[in-house]
Amino acid sequence: MRLVRHRLFWPVVVLAALLAVNVAFTPGFLSIRVQDGHLYGSLIDIVRFGAPLILVALGMTLVIATGGIDLSVGAVVAIAGALACEHIAGLPDQGDVGGVLAAVGIALGVAVVLGLWNGLLVARFGVQPIVATLVLMVAGRGVAQLITEGQIITVNSSAYKVVGGGYWLALPFPVLVAAAVFLLAALLTRRTALGLLLESVGGNPAASRLVGIRARGLVATVYVAAALCAAIAGLMISSNVSAADGNNAGLWIELDAILAVVIGGTALTGGRFHLTGTVLGALIIQTLSTTIYTVGVPPETTLVFKAVVVLAVCLIQSPRLRAKLLRRRPPASSPVPAEKAEAAA
Amino acid sequence: MSRPEPPTTVPVLELSGITKRFAGVTALDGVDFRLFPGEAHALVGENGAGKSTLIKVLTGVHTLDAGSIAIDGEPVRITGPQQAQQAGVSTVYQELNLCPNLSVAENIHIGREPRRLGLVRFGAMRRRARELVARLGLDIDVSAPLSVYSPAIRQLVAIVRAVDLSAKVLILDEPTSSLDREEVGQLFAVMRRLKDEGVAIAFVTHFIDQIYEICERATILRNGRLVGEYATAGLPHVDLVTRMVGKELKVFDAIEERPKPDLAAVERGDPLLRAESVGRRGGVEPFDLSVHKGEVVGLAGLLGSGRTEIVRLLFGADRASEGHTRIAGRRVALRSPRAAIARGFAFCPEDRKTDGLVADLSVGENIILAVQAARGWARPLPAARRAALVDEYVKALRIQPDDPDVPVGDLSGGNQQKVLLARWLITRPALLILDEPTRGIDIGAKAEIQRLVVALAGEGMAVLFVSAELEEVLRLSHKVAVVRDRRLVAELANDEDLTVDRLMETIASGGGR
Repeated sequence: MRLVRHRLFWPVVVLAALLAVNVAFTPGFLSIRVQDGHLYGSLIDIVRFGAPLILVALGMTLVIATGGIDLSVGAVVAIAGALACEHIAGLPDQGDVGGVLAAVGIALGVAVVLGLWNGLLVARFGVQPIVATLVLMVAGRGVAQLITEGQIITVNSSAYKVVGGGYWLALPFPVLVAAAVFLLAALLTRRTALGLLLESVGGNPAASRLVGIRARGLVATVYVAAALCAAIAGLMISSNVSAADGNNAGLWIELDAILAVVIGGTALTGGRFHLTGTVLGALIIQTLSTTIYTVGVPPETTLVFKAVVVLAVCLIQSPRLRAKLLRRRPPASSPVPAEKAEAAA
Repeated sequence: MSRPEPPTTVPVLELSGITKRFAGVTALDGVDFRLFPGEAHALVGENGAGKSTLIKVLTGVHTLDAGSIAIDGEPVRITGPQQAQQAGVSTVYQELNLCPNLSVAENIHIGREPRRLGLVRFGAMRRRARELVARLGLDIDVSAPLSVYSPAIRQLVAIVRAVDLSAKVLILDEPTSSLDREEVGQLFAVMRRLKDEGVAIAFVTHFIDQIYEICERATILRNGRLVGEYATAGLPHVDLVTRMVGKELKVFDAIEERPKPDLAAVERGDPLLRAESVGRRGGVEPFDLSVHKGEVVGLAGLLGSGRTEIVRLLFGADRASEGHTRIAGRRVALRSPRAAIARGFAFCPEDRKTDGLVADLSVGENIILAVQAARGWARPLPAARRAALVDEYVKALRIQPDDPDVPVGDLSGGNQQKVLLARWLITRPALLILDEPTRGIDIGAKAEIQRLVVALAGEGMAVLFVSAELEEVLRLSHKVAVVRDRRLVAELANDEDLTVDRLMETIASGGGR
């Protein structure tokens, strides 16, 4: 019972179920081989191609914890990729490590500015987050197109290729980066008081002000963090294909990220957030995409298929529905909001 | 268990053997409750006694684990709020579920607007609302948005709506907790009218006097069990309280027998805080007020008179537009709560839910929030120190349950108030501002908080104490500042001459010193 009540129980079950489906269609699905000192296998691929989504979703988790939302992360993905590729394409030697590092630096620096812009609108001027970030969501695509001059910029840089396709310590580089960002976020929020203060600001802004929490700085910071995460994701995506596509890079990734956050158990209303849950959520979404290929869903119905699975995942997580299906009350001590015991009094 | 002689009529509502369990805790255990037509029946008990649960069972929010409900002698099964209304049971909850942005008429008719061809007939709706409102002796503009009216009027509008939905049984869950005396009178007038019309009223309240004023009978609950059903006429105040609490009440005596405080003794030297013509345009007229170390200053006045606005100005929650404040003689600007906190101020706001607690977070997290906010995010309280602090205050204030990991939203009102107090006490404030700290909490917790205030002042803390209960203000304060119509009209030393009556008079007349 304790196990079932754990907030990560259902996300883990869903992930396991998706993997089981894959195993049923492709028997060798779980196998991981070592080749040239690198790990290969479907599982590795899922984590590797899921890394950008994990990153964006981690940033989104922090924003959502403050009661906000960031719709502009997809645009930031495109801008970061465009800036980096534009810079690298202009290098005399595209493989020059220093030049590539500069490109990465430019992309991350601009991301900080974009994050500050969102944070300023929300924290300083009190614009509703969904509106404030919508501005950059729309305008950002335009900016990305301006940078690429409406073309798809292709690069041929072995150094840049490492960002999305490299290996280190036998593991794909993006996986390591995502893991590092996750660890950093977890440490920063849970080993310091940052997490508590964010949850307080998201849970009750008025009360937070009255206890003396400086909410503005915190809120602005999470938008910067979200933009930074999105920029790293953008570098990975463009590096993977050695090209920057202002139009399509990171398209709709903000929606997948929000979905990952919700599947992971963080409420859109702000307050309590769960980074581990978010990572699981992102992995579920990525595994789902993989499943669509292995099962062989016809391309024209993939979106419908995805929607159906996502709906199922959300329904499974609804305590009320589970109670109905099992024809009994929800597990003894998982409190359904409407039935909170006064007994605690 | 003495039952008064049963009235000759059949009860309009009869609950028997009601049992409800949550998560292994029995919230109600075999409770009986009867309501007769035309009576007001008090449902009393401490926080957590099971009053709210009983009401939620009755209105179909909770399903029964055992027991039965009969209306007019016919057994019924109540499956949801709507069905409860159809069966004739209407409820007005403590937190009103009305829409402040809609008009009074719309609020009364929400969900059942008079229609013709699918279109709402606003004229008919307003006419009907006017009749309903007039029937209960109210004189308000039904086309004005609800938000322009006071909490008391909103409450009455909720009652108008409830009675119009179904007029057999009306349940009022703490309707008076945010009303001042005059407004309570208004509410009682309406309740009397309804009684005369044969409506049975179940009345939940923490105010003992009100029980005796309006109710013929009372049912007392304690820890989810029925203590008994009594005729109020035959039940002395003391017995009622004793049965509620379940133990002899000595706590109050200890405070009540305190001699009147010696104002001259505490008001020696520079005041800790002095406000000099501090005011806010459109909020509070400029006022002077000083609080000394070890002094309790009571802020008395009717609800909405400007008491809350005054303390919010002093705490920097609202920005003052004129005047200045001195702390220990030195001029300081209190531009934000953060600045005030840095000066050693602490503020427990009036509305615990919206301005005080973060419901998502645990009891422990809520307790350390102010200290942590002052330390900043980069310097978290060490885990061991944090656990020790939380544990110390949970024990000292007897917060129930004593598990610091429970979400604070699950606690009863009294315990939530204690969590707020604990949050500020661990900051070791020099000035503690309490805005209605005892409203809507049970009598035991109330006595504990009052004792705490006395003890803290004794240790040298300055306390600014806002309360609508004049007895409470008189019991605790060294001096009393009277607020009326957003103006501080008088400052009275709490000496032998100061009585509740004189205080009332000052509030009513606004008389000078």
